[in-house]
Amino acid sequence: MSADAGRSALAHALLKRAPLWQEAEARARRFRSGRSDDPAEAARVADDYRLLAHDLARARLLLPRSRAREYLESVYASVHATLNHGGWRLGATLEKLFREEIPASMVWLAPYLAWATTLFVLAAAAGYALVDRFPELIALFASPDLIASVERGKLWTEGLLNIAPSSVLSVQILANNIVVSLFAYCSGFLFGLGTLYILGLNGLMLGAIFAYVAQHGLGGALASFIVAHGCVELSVMCLSGAAGAAVGEALMRPGSRGRIAAFRAAALRSGAVLVACAVLLVGAGLIEGFVSPDPRIALGIKIAIGVGYWLFMLALLSGRLWPPQGSR
Amino acid sequence: MSEAAPQLSVDSATGIDVTLPLAGAGARSYAFVVDWHVRVVLGLAWYGAAGLLYNYLRDGGLSVAPPSDNEPRWFGAVLVPALALYFLYHPVLELIMRGSTPGKRLAGVRVVTRDGGAPSAGALLVRNVFRLVDSLPLAYGLGLTLVALTREHVRCGDMAAGTLLVYESSSAALAVTPASTAGALDVASAELIAELLTRWPLLTAPARAALARTLLGRCGRSAEELAQLDETALRQALIEATRPQGEAR
Repeated sequence: MSADAGRSALAHALLKRAPLWQEAEARARRFRSGRSDDPAEAARVADDYRLLAHDLARARLLLPRSRAREYLESVYASVHATLNHGGWRLGATLEKLFREEIPASMVWLAPYLAWATTLFVLAAAAGYALVDRFPELIALFASPDLIASVERGKLWTEGLLNIAPSSVLSVQILANNIVVSLFAYCSGFLFGLGTLYILGLNGLMLGAIFAYVAQHGLGGALASFIVAHGCVELSVMCLSGAAGAAVGEALMRPGSRGRIAAFRAAALRSGAVLVACAVLLVGAGLIEGFVSPDPRIALGIKIAIGVGYWLFMLALLSGRLWPPQGSR
Repeated sequence: MSEAAPQLSVDSATGIDVTLPLAGAGARSYAFVVDWHVRVVLGLAWYGAAGLLYNYLRDGGLSVAPPSDNEPRWFGAVLVPALALYFLYHPVLELIMRGSTPGKRLAGVRVVTRDGGAPSAGALLVRNVFRLVDSLPLAYGLGLTLVALTREHVRCGDMAAGTLLVYESSSAALAVTPASTAGALDVASAELIAELLTRWPLLTAPARAALARTLLGRCGRSAEELAQLDETALRQALIEATRPQGEAR
């Protein structure tokens, strides 16, 4: 009887502290959302943490199946996360992504990028050699409309703006490219085989089509169409392939960690690069819609745009677009 | 006997673990269905309103039909924003709402990292990119299968991003209000009374009577009234003092 009464007294006293918990929750929420950065308030959050730990320990013992305990668990976790991870500011989070996470991922992905690029180039060379030797095989890689157009001595890209306006074209192209890029990454989930397939197939198609148009004397015209957007577009394809390959290798050869832990680490490290890929593909899509098909724009300008955008990509991926932290 | 729900347990500096119950396929599906409806409604609402306005300004007609030719302005003002609302809903809202969406909020769940914190922007984006895999072959078949089979109820995107979906209790679930505890003991007194009742048999009769009178005096009982109570009555009064005056479960 005495023990029960004691527990009841403690439980009741504990529940009287609910307003303190609610205050602690509100304070933690203010800090997390970045609405407060007052040092005195921060000290109170630390005090809240101790108070909540004390009350939670009591609640687990005295009120194990109560809503009060559930609520305390949630508030305690929230204050714990606030103290250990700081506030959340979207701008700061994105800045960290572009300034730190993406350049770090690029360094880690460098060997994968070398392999993915090699595979893509070899596949393109194979496609070129195949169609150069056996022109009829182009039917495996290109649509009948494309083949008919080239046989008439015209690139399918000519008059593209008469079919659809630049803006429409841009959105269609960039959406398609982003989806292909994301698939190249995600298909690394199939132990890297999906990524190899997408990279290889795209390389084969590119080489085959180049060989076919070159046979009809249109190779230069196709190169001048591609140069403005292709430098970045093809680089991004290799980059997302490299990210997918990293994920695939982690699944195939997890090392001392478990397979899922290795997969998680690889996906997180390489995944940051995909944000940059998507941003770059939006730019490439706009160039492909507005610049590449426009016959009024001189080849020199297209080359300058292509090279300039490629250099911008290098700066973005290496983190050189932003000044070092200390110099601000 | 029911099996305990799986939970995320994280060490903390205080020595009291942070534990969060993991959400299963039901809560996930509920959140997804709510979010799906929200984004469909938002996308259609934009398409309808912008399309109506566009056609009205163009030729005075009240219609949402697309123009016969590919007009870039219609494409940019009507179709692209509607599609963006639908396809970018999850990644953008999870970024802005720190791992939550309206559907998740309604289902009482949120996305956290394995140490209980808010996921980074990279983790949230990876989680959403892997929806492409989770949605295979159709209707999130792979994702739901993984959620059902894995101990932590995670889909492929969560495995890749190192995230978990946990239940979050809101203060609305707290069935204790200041009114329900009004007039009750303060914490210090309650703890002392509990301690005294526990040690009651170990103390000498005069000592426990004196302590009981002091503590009951703190609870508002008068000295004259307490002086008339014998040892048994004092103990009973202590027990009565600990009884809640209105209580949650």
